[in-house]
Amino acid sequence: MSDTAQTGAGDRYVAVQATPEFQALRKKFRGFVFPMTAFFLAWYFLYVFLSIFAQGFMNTILFGKITVGLIFGLLQFVTTFAITFMYARWANRELDPAADAVGSRIDGTKGH
Amino acid sequence: MSSLTALASATTVGNPTLNIAIFVIFVLVTLTIVIKVAGGKKTAEQYYTAGGAFSGRQNGIAIAGDYLSAASFLGIAGAIALQGMDGFLYSIGFLVAWLVALLLVAELMRNTGRFTMADVLAYRLKQRPIRIAVSVSVLCVSLFYLLAQMAGAGGLVSLLLGVSGESAQNIVIAVVGIVMVTYVLIGGMKGTTWVQIIKAILLISAAAIMSVWVLAKFGMSLSGLFGKAVDVSAASETTKAAVEKAAKAGTTTTPQNIAETLLHYGTKYGKTTQAKIDFISLSMALVLGTAGLPHVLQRFYTVPTSKQARKSVEWAIWLIGGFYLLTLVIGFGAGALVGADKINAAPGKQNAAAPLLAYELGGSWMLGIVSGIAFATILAVVAGLTITASATFAHDLYKEVFKKGQSTQEQEVKIARISAIAIGLVAIFGGMLAKSQNIAFLVALAFAVAASANLPTILYSLFWKGFNTRGALWSIYGGLISSIGLIIFSPVVSGKMGVPTKQADGSMLMVSPSMFSGAAADGTPLVDFHWFPLDNPGLISIPLAFFLGWLGSKLSQEHNAQKYAEMEVRALTGHGVGPALDH
Repeated sequence: MSDTAQTGAGDRYVAVQATPEFQALRKKFRGFVFPMTAFFLAWYFLYVFLSIFAQGFMNTILFGKITVGLIFGLLQFVTTFAITFMYARWANRELDPAADAVGSRIDGTKGH
Repeated sequence: MSSLTALASATTVGNPTLNIAIFVIFVLVTLTIVIKVAGGKKTAEQYYTAGGAFSGRQNGIAIAGDYLSAASFLGIAGAIALQGMDGFLYSIGFLVAWLVALLLVAELMRNTGRFTMADVLAYRLKQRPIRIAVSVSVLCVSLFYLLAQMAGAGGLVSLLLGVSGESAQNIVIAVVGIVMVTYVLIGGMKGTTWVQIIKAILLISAAAIMSVWVLAKFGMSLSGLFGKAVDVSAASETTKAAVEKAAKAGTTTTPQNIAETLLHYGTKYGKTTQAKIDFISLSMALVLGTAGLPHVLQRFYTVPTSKQARKSVEWAIWLIGGFYLLTLVIGFGAGALVGADKINAAPGKQNAAAPLLAYELGGSWMLGIVSGIAFATILAVVAGLTITASATFAHDLYKEVFKKGQSTQEQEVKIARISAIAIGLVAIFGGMLAKSQNIAFLVALAFAVAASANLPTILYSLFWKGFNTRGALWSIYGGLISSIGLIIFSPVVSGKMGVPTKQADGSMLMVSPSMFSGAAADGTPLVDFHWFPLDNPGLISIPLAFFLGWLGSKLSQEHNAQKYAEMEVRALTGHGVGPALDH
């Protein structure tokens, strides 16, 4: 298992890690997931803060019995679904080919 | 009042024989399937991860089955029925949390680990101390979660079978424990996964049918449903009592005003500054805890590739999100069609909301089906927890620590099976003792510990080059001790001592983790040694664990560049993973 690193395999990983292609892959991945994480955490906590500190605003009736706060809550579902969809599409189209290209340097095969 | 109680218990019970029969049929059908898919002797890999042979979609459904516990189904629906929007607010944290798993954790974990969470955390650090620390934390989280589910099973029985005696509840807890261990011993991860898939499909289908049924009664109008819920609440005894209470306190209000708060945020989490900060703390634990729950992480190893792990989380998010949307309708539906008076009078109080709604809609058959599904929910969740905890015992503690990696597959699987039986016994007896505990409090505790002790180390080891063994140990033990320690000195534990009447209230599945905080106002606790003001420790313990992980790493020189390279390249590319390297 992981003990293979004691042999030459470990050096091969170090070499792959140092390649510009791998550095670009890491940058690509983090460039997507870090800002996205920051966004959804900020958006979620905005909703939480408004719900407990700005009740007057959240409890405003828009129409019928539907309040601003309900719409805010439902928008959390919308953004969660949208981020899931966007990430999956991006990862399938952009990330996987790049990862396979770098990965084939390790085992010479084309993914699993 | 007494006639109301009689009415409520008559409707609550429905037909206990039918409820039991439907539950028995579920157990028999799933057991048959478990035996069919199990097939002979198992390697360690088959036992822990079903050989990674599930598809992303199957695993996604199983994740939903693993994650949607009885607390979600009964507790959140009940909270929405009685507290309205604040119950909805609470449910959303459980969904948004999955984005942490999707973006940061699932695929990288799949690519670097094989059996347990510790595989990933110990990858580039010192094996023994890390495996021990992770095992302690995994077992703590799993135990709290397991006790919550078992306590829930005890509470559920009084509600659904119409029996409220101690011994009847104990028998149900024992039956749930025995069936769960049977699933795990016979089926391993493969059998457990199928139980979770079946349960998820049943649970989500039942919720969908109930929601459409409710909405159809209001011309498919959510606003119409909300209006009716407010009207019913305004006419209820519960609201009348609240008006009288307010009058005594010197405020004039009308039933309509109080009923309208169902549509308002802040009825529960916005009352005082302390309640507000408490909710922020709880939200942090929910959002950051999910991706640190060991039984959730274990599920990512049941698929062959990181691409399938991604697909698993996609499916899980669609299903879990859809389910919480349905819960909103079911909760308000219970408020509108059953009413707060009947819910409050039923054994199990707010947890009775969804079953009572089922009875209102479809009579005793519908109630029986929903009751059976509620039991199935508990079974599927506890089986998943047992597999994970037994894998930690056998793989991390026995094989890697005790035997230093030198044990055979047979020995490992044997230890895992023995551990599963031991965990089953702990769960049964612990569940009997914990059945008067507030189950949502136990679940919130499990999330808080997972977010404090597990998640910082997971993120650091996946993303931070400078992370090392000292940082991991400080973060894991620091997060574990601070979260559990603060809970002990919080109002929820130490403020309630000597208030047995309040404690007895905890025998229901309640959503609020802060249910005891009002004890001091109603009756003075005999012993109150709490000094930490919040019910949930997350606000302090999560940042502390992140800080300790950073500080510990900075104060240690250790860095294994080779291992770091190997882990990072494997995590990001998915190459060099799996059986090919396992000679």
